[in-house]
Amino acid sequence: MRVLIAKPGLDGHDRGAKVVAHALRDAGVEVVYSGLKRTPEEIVQEAIQEDVDVIGLSVLSGAHLLLARRVLDGLRAHDADDIAVVVGGIIPPRDVAALKRLGVRHVFPMGTPLPEIVKAFRQTERQGEMS
Amino acid sequence: MKELRTHAGFAIEPVYGPDDLAGVDFERDIGRPGEYPYTRGIHKHMYRERLWTMRQYVGFGTPAETNARFKYLMAHGQDALNVAFDLPTQLGLDSDDPRAEGEVGRVGMAVNTLADMEDAFAGIPLDRVSVSLTINGMAAPITAMYYAVAEKQGAASERIVTTPQNDILKEFIARGTWIYPVDPSLRLVADLIEFSARHYPRSNPVSVCGYHIREAGCTTAQEMAYGLAIAAAYVELMLARGISVDDFAPRISFNFTAWGKIFEEVAKFRAGRRLYARMLRERFGASNPRSWMFRSLIGGGGSAFAVQEPENNIVRGAYIALAAALAGAQTMALPTYDEAYTIPSPKAQLIALRTMQICAEESGAADTVDPLAGSYYVEALTGAMEKRILEELAHVERMGGIVEAVKSGAIQAEVARQAYLFEQRMVAGEIPKVAVNCHVGDRPIEADRDVELYSFDARATEAQVAKLARIRGDRDDRAVTAALGRLRDEARGRGNLMYPITEAVKAYATLGEIARAMKDVFGEHKEAVKF
Repeated sequence: MRVLIAKPGLDGHDRGAKVVAHALRDAGVEVVYSGLKRTPEEIVQEAIQEDVDVIGLSVLSGAHLLLARRVLDGLRAHDADDIAVVVGGIIPPRDVAALKRLGVRHVFPMGTPLPEIVKAFRQTERQGEMS
Repeated sequence: MKELRTHAGFAIEPVYGPDDLAGVDFERDIGRPGEYPYTRGIHKHMYRERLWTMRQYVGFGTPAETNARFKYLMAHGQDALNVAFDLPTQLGLDSDDPRAEGEVGRVGMAVNTLADMEDAFAGIPLDRVSVSLTINGMAAPITAMYYAVAEKQGAASERIVTTPQNDILKEFIARGTWIYPVDPSLRLVADLIEFSARHYPRSNPVSVCGYHIREAGCTTAQEMAYGLAIAAAYVELMLARGISVDDFAPRISFNFTAWGKIFEEVAKFRAGRRLYARMLRERFGASNPRSWMFRSLIGGGGSAFAVQEPENNIVRGAYIALAAALAGAQTMALPTYDEAYTIPSPKAQLIALRTMQICAEESGAADTVDPLAGSYYVEALTGAMEKRILEELAHVERMGGIVEAVKSGAIQAEVARQAYLFEQRMVAGEIPKVAVNCHVGDRPIEADRDVELYSFDARATEAQVAKLARIRGDRDDRAVTAALGRLRDEARGRGNLMYPITEAVKAYATLGEIARAMKDVFGEHKEAVKF
C-alpha cells in the first residue's frame, strides 16, 4: 500500500501530518510526504506520479471543504478517482458529513486516536482492492 | 514503584534532599533576583513592582472586526495586544490572490495595505499600548505599516513599543510561514532589528520562539536549546554587520510555553535564564546588564488542551498560568478552552484573561519573587535541565549549527521524531491525559466536539477584496511603481530594505506587491522534505 500524506493550502502546521506518516510507515505502509503549502493540482499530480492508493490531506486552517473539493475534482479530471481521499485536522463536527458527501472516504477530526487512523487507512486499502 | 520521567526525558526521584544539591554553588548558579545570572528572575522585586503583562492572541476577519475585539478585551483589563494575521497576510498574498481562496480572515485578520492597519488600530493610542505582531516572513512590511500608522497618529517614535515576532528560523523548523530562501530571509530579520534599534529604541524587533517548536513536538530541553541557538544566530548576524552587541541585545525578547509538569517548566526557565546571561556576557561580550536578560512571554499552547470534555481545558489553563508566574514571566498569554476547535469565542477569551487575573490577584503566586527557589527538587531539576539543554545545544552543533540544521531539514526531522515518540507515549498511557487516556468518561466524543463555534463569514473576503480594489483605484500608481522598483534594486544590493519597504507601504503598495518584488530577486524557499 502506498499513501501520500499532503498539506494543501497555506497552513504550515505539520505535526499531525508527520505523526500520521510515521505511524503508517511503522505499520508497513509506503509513505510519501508532500511537504508544506501544496496546491490541490500539485497534490493530484504527485499522487498520480507516485501511484498511491490513498491521499491523506491534513488541514488545520479551516479551509478543508474547499481544498478537499479541489483535490477530488482534480482526481476526477485526470481519471484518477480510484485514489481514495481521507482528511484529518481541525474539522468541526458539522463538516464531517459535508466532506463525506464530497467523496472523502474517512474524516479524522481532532482527538482521533492514532491507532484508529492507522486502522482506517488499512480498511481503505481493503475496500480499494474489492472494488 | 512506578518510574516517572520529565518531558525532557530524565528520571524523577520520589524524594529529593540536600545530597541532590551537592554540585550547586549558590553565588555562581542561583544568586539574587535582578542580578547576573538571573536564575531567580530578571528584576529585583518582580511582580511586587510590576505584574506581568496580559496579552491574549487576537485577530480574525476584517481589521474592523478585530479592532472591536481588541477594544472588548481592553475594556476588561487586558493591557496589551497580540495580533493574529490570516495565512495569506503571513505569506505575502493579497486577499484577491487565487492562492488565498478560502483562507482570507480565517486564522487572523487580513491585511493588504496600510489602510487595513489604520483600521485595525483606529482609536487605540499606539504611544500608550504595547502591541505584539505575530508576523515573520512578512515582518518587515507589516512592521513598516505599524510604524507608519503610529506616525500618522502623531505618536513619537521613541514611545512606540511593538514586538514583531520576526523569528524566521523557527518558521522553517515549526510553523511554516517561510517565503524566501533561508539567507535572504535572515537578511530581512536583521534589517528589521537594525532599523528598529536605530529609529524605534523601545521596540522589541525580534521575539525568539521556542513555543512553536515545542508545539510541533520537541521536548522541554530542546525548546530552550533551540531558542537559545536561534537567538545566538541572530546576535551573530548583527555582529557581522559591525553593530555592537549592547546596541540591540537589550531589545531581544522570547516567547516560550509553560504547559506540562509545573516544576519542570519552572526549572526550564531558571536554567534558560542563566544560560542566556552567560552566553551574552561570556561568548558575545555584552557589558550592559539588559543585554543579559532573558525577557519572555510565557504562555500555553493548544497542544496542552484536549477536545474531550473541553471545559477541563479551563483548569489546565490555570495550571499553565501558575507555572508561568512561578517561572518569572514578563508577559503571559493563555490558549482558550475552545481553541482545539475554533477561533476563540469572546466568552472563552474572557475566561482566559480572568484566569491570568485570578492567578495574579488571588492565588498568591505573585506575592514574592521566585518562591520555589531553594526547593531541593526545583534546584536539582534546574541543574539537570541546564545539563540537558547543553547536551541539546551540542547536538545542534553536530548538525552543523542551527542555520545549517534548518537548511538540511535535520532539525525538522528531529522535531517530527520527538512528536511521534510523544504520541506513542500518549497512546501507551505513559503521559496521562485526563478524560483522554485515563479517567475516560462515557460521554461520546461527538458531544464534546459540539461546542459553540466561531462562524466564519465569507463576507469578510468580499469586504477585503472590495476595499483592496478601491485603494488600488485611489492611489498614485507612479509612486507605487517607483517604490517597488527601488525595493527590487536595493534587494539586489546590500542596503537595509526597511527604507524602500517603508516608502512602498506609505504609497499604499499592497503586501502582495511588496512580497513579489522581493521574490523577483530572492526566489522562493525549497523545503527539504524529511520526516
